Amino acid sequence: MTGAADALLLLVLITGLFIVWSGRLAACVRAIAVQGALLAALPLVMWAPGGDVPVAHLVLMSVGALAVKAGIIPALLLRSAREAGARREVEPYVSLHVSALLGAGLVVLSLWLARVLVPPGPVTATLLLPAGFATVLLGFLMLVARKYAVTQVVGYLMLDNGVFIFGQTLAGSIPVVVELGILLDLLVAVFVMGIAIYHIGREFDHIDTRALNSLRD
Amino acid sequence: MNGPIPVLVHAVLLVMLPPLVLGVVGKTKSWVAGRIGPPIWQPYADVLKLLRKGVVMGAPTTWVFRAGPIVGLASVLVAGLIVPLAAGAGPLSFEGDVIAFAALLGLGRFFTMAAALDTGSSFEGMGASREAAFGAFTEPGLFLVLAIVCVPARSVSFAGAWTALPWDAWGPRHPVFLLAAAALFVVLLAENARIPVDDPATHLELTMVHEVMVLDHSGPDFAFIVYGGAVKLFVFAALLVHLLLPVPAAGGWVGAGLLVAGVLGVGVLVGAVESSVARLRLTRVPGFLIGVAALAAVGVAVLLARGQP
Amino acid sequence: MEHLAALVLVPALLGVAALFVRGTRLQVGALLAGALLHLVLTGAAWVRRPDGYADYLRLDDVGMLFLSITSVLFAAVAVYAVGYLTGPTHDEPARLYRFVPYLLLFLAAMTLVAVTRHFAVLWAAVEATTLSSAPLVYFYRRGPALEAAWKYLMICSVGIALALLGTFFLGAAEAAVTTGPPGLALTDLMRAAPVMPRGWLRAAFVLALVGYGTKMGLVPLHTWLPDAHSQAPSPVSALLSGALLNCAFLGVLRFFQVCLASGDAAFARTLLLLLGFVSIAVATAFLIGQRDFKRLFAYSSVENVGILAVGVGLGGAATFGAMLHAVNHSFAKAGLFLLAGNVLRSYGTTDAGEIRGAVRQLPLSGPLLFALFLAIGGLPPFGLFMSEFTIFQSAIGDGRTRLGLLFVALLAVAFLAMAGVLLPMLQGESNRPPATARERALAVVPPLLLAAAVLALGVYLPRTLDTLLHAVAGVVGGTS
Repeated sequence: MTGAADALLLLVLITGLFIVWSGRLAACVRAIAVQGALLAALPLVMWAPGGDVPVAHLVLMSVGALAVKAGIIPALLLRSAREAGARREVEPYVSLHVSALLGAGLVVLSLWLARVLVPPGPVTATLLLPAGFATVLLGFLMLVARKYAVTQVVGYLMLDNGVFIFGQTLAGSIPVVVELGILLDLLVAVFVMGIAIYHIGREFDHIDTRALNSLRD
Repeated sequence: MNGPIPVLVHAVLLVMLPPLVLGVVGKTKSWVAGRIGPPIWQPYADVLKLLRKGVVMGAPTTWVFRAGPIVGLASVLVAGLIVPLAAGAGPLSFEGDVIAFAALLGLGRFFTMAAALDTGSSFEGMGASREAAFGAFTEPGLFLVLAIVCVPARSVSFAGAWTALPWDAWGPRHPVFLLAAAALFVVLLAENARIPVDDPATHLELTMVHEVMVLDHSGPDFAFIVYGGAVKLFVFAALLVHLLLPVPAAGGWVGAGLLVAGVLGVGVLVGAVESSVARLRLTRVPGFLIGVAALAAVGVAVLLARGQP
Repeated sequence: MEHLAALVLVPALLGVAALFVRGTRLQVGALLAGALLHLVLTGAAWVRRPDGYADYLRLDDVGMLFLSITSVLFAAVAVYAVGYLTGPTHDEPARLYRFVPYLLLFLAAMTLVAVTRHFAVLWAAVEATTLSSAPLVYFYRRGPALEAAWKYLMICSVGIALALLGTFFLGAAEAAVTTGPPGLALTDLMRAAPVMPRGWLRAAFVLALVGYGTKMGLVPLHTWLPDAHSQAPSPVSALLSGALLNCAFLGVLRFFQVCLASGDAAFARTLLLLLGFVSIAVATAFLIGQRDFKRLFAYSSVENVGILAVGVGLGGAATFGAMLHAVNHSFAKAGLFLLAGNVLRSYGTTDAGEIRGAVRQLPLSGPLLFALFLAIGGLPPFGLFMSEFTIFQSAIGDGRTRLGLLFVALLAVAFLAMAGVLLPMLQGESNRPPATARERALAVVPPLLLAAAVLALGVYLPRTLDTLLHAVAGVVGGTS
């Protein structure tokens, strides 16, 4: 089902661009939830028709990813953002306009990279490698360009989503337990980050990470 | 396009239908607001009424002031003769007409702005500067959306590209075309001064973009402007319909029916969007338009990367 | 396999249990029980190497070395921590229930890193070490500690995400050449390595080096390290520098093993040498004029991590030197941080400019600090001299004279820089009122034992350890 996987991956790219472009914290978090939901559906779309991988394994992965990426993690982040009281990213390091254009440029770069680098094995969806590269690069852009702790965590999540896309080339080769372990790690990571954001908000009265620069040489 | 009948049909559609689209937009907004609203053919009556009135011109104006609405209407009508409507390409279609289309729109915009500046009033000048700025951000989006259709067809002509859209089964290119349709819809809203870029119903000059430029026009000049706006909306809506419905493939009367229904549907959609979304703050409009352009750029890149389908 | 599972689960379960109990005695009991049981299990593994379960749980020589270092260090730190946190603290009353569970979970995560040869489990374990140690960095709830914890969390998590990408690249490279489902077990990967596509293997190694190198503290990914290691409580700093950096290094080594098996090790070696030397140089630069002595020790850790990378990058006998250096540095640095804790307790500041006469003020910790300073500076007869000299000798012997000389020069500058900060602290008259109480045994015995170990290793290398080190060096590309 090349078409469906490609459609999903295109939507993933669109949500990634939206996140890089949007300045509203709640919108970013909801968009990353949407991206997580799309990626949760990806294993099913890619591997279920082929029959190499047991369906139960795929369903378990998808449900787990959906619950974590589209449910728990965005809820945690929205809670943290609300308690910190921040609504909009006021002055990012890289302006939102430039971020949107840079983001489009990174997607174009990823599309080119994916054609230049020979894929190692059979790749079922043509947009798989480009979407993986692009999401990783867009995640980095968010991490570098934004000041608010919540949007930095969103950038980290996008980076992880990009890595997840690459991981789809290996579906079925890792036992379910280990894959669930990876998901669990992600969940706990965001949980810990959420708690850290809560503390930052309490300690500094805002979640602008520019304040976190007192330690230097 | 051969034969007089298709040309005639094209011309009739182009000339007669646009005010109806405006009427549909207005009716939709009224219904959503819980009113009955003006009848669907109200814009026809408005234009005819304006044509019968006299013109009042400000003292400092020159020929540019009179030329503005005329060139505006002329350019948009010529553009309408280029784009495909009911069946096949428009009567004036030629290789490279996609660029000509954008250039015609630009010509109309330029003369509207020039006429506004010609009045010497600060309100119109403010409108002209806003229009220039927003136009600068809309143009790339428009070009990229047109590119999404033209690139796979390897043709820079409406005849070659837009009438040759692949309508086979749910193939792998469709997601990008839906993306193009969404981007084109936003460009439509921007070029036609609709919410969320501009509010056609506002009466506060400081918040206007397009309406304030034409504040001083009256009588037949204003009729041309209103009618020209309707034609522009119709032309964009026709392009959008071609992306979503298999109009050229249907051909003949079925195609024409599909087009009319589609264009009126776009009118309903515009009315719905205008009723439900708030107009963006002026400082946020460029960012919004840049986002749409970036999206369209990604669409083009994805198409290029996948090569020939 | 149960043995290995117990190594991980005992501290993990104790840690989880400690989350739910209050009461100092229970917490202390859990911590000490965990440390002791872990030490016993590790010792038992020395006697008879346990079997594993495929490559998910398998203790090979490399893992054995790092597991042992971790276990011994944890025991020493646990004893010290009991004294550190139950005595009067220089901040708000310490809450053991925020400390002990995370420390035990930290141990469990580090153990899992050492006992697995499966790359996905390795990744999850390294990520778990970050997550379990972040609350420990933020233990003293102050602004700078929060800043350090946030940087630690974000930078290391991003790095580890890149390492995961590298892991997937490795899997993709394997999938290109094997039929059937590809696995991420080291054995399978090493078998498939000679025919794997070069580009993807190299890309995987680069990503792993960047990713796990972030956790290791290689420059330019080290920016979190001075902050985290200086803001954390001293026993935690000891573990972070002594055990955690090794675990991250283990991650890099596993990828390096695959590169070796593929025959493309020269590329990886060059990268390791480059990053290693850059780390040593940059760390040395930041040692000069460093005011905060905990940050001083942290930069010294960055420098020593660079030495490890250089040792593996040079190959041959230098790899043996690097493995010996891992042991020596862990013990010495942990001892230094524990002593730093004593100085901090006594003087109330980490600013080296405000501390004078530590040798007199702390008659036990002060001289020990001086001894360990000599050790970390690479002076004989301490162990670090042996390991660094081995690396230098191997470089000269291989004909890479300039690299060898650069190595020694940088180490000499580092020693002088540290002397410039530490000696004024130690000498002279104390600028605090004389201490009213003697130094507590719990605070002095652990660093004393660690210093003794470093001294002993410099003088005599026990046969079993020597064999293990040579075996590890052989596996990681050195000639035995």
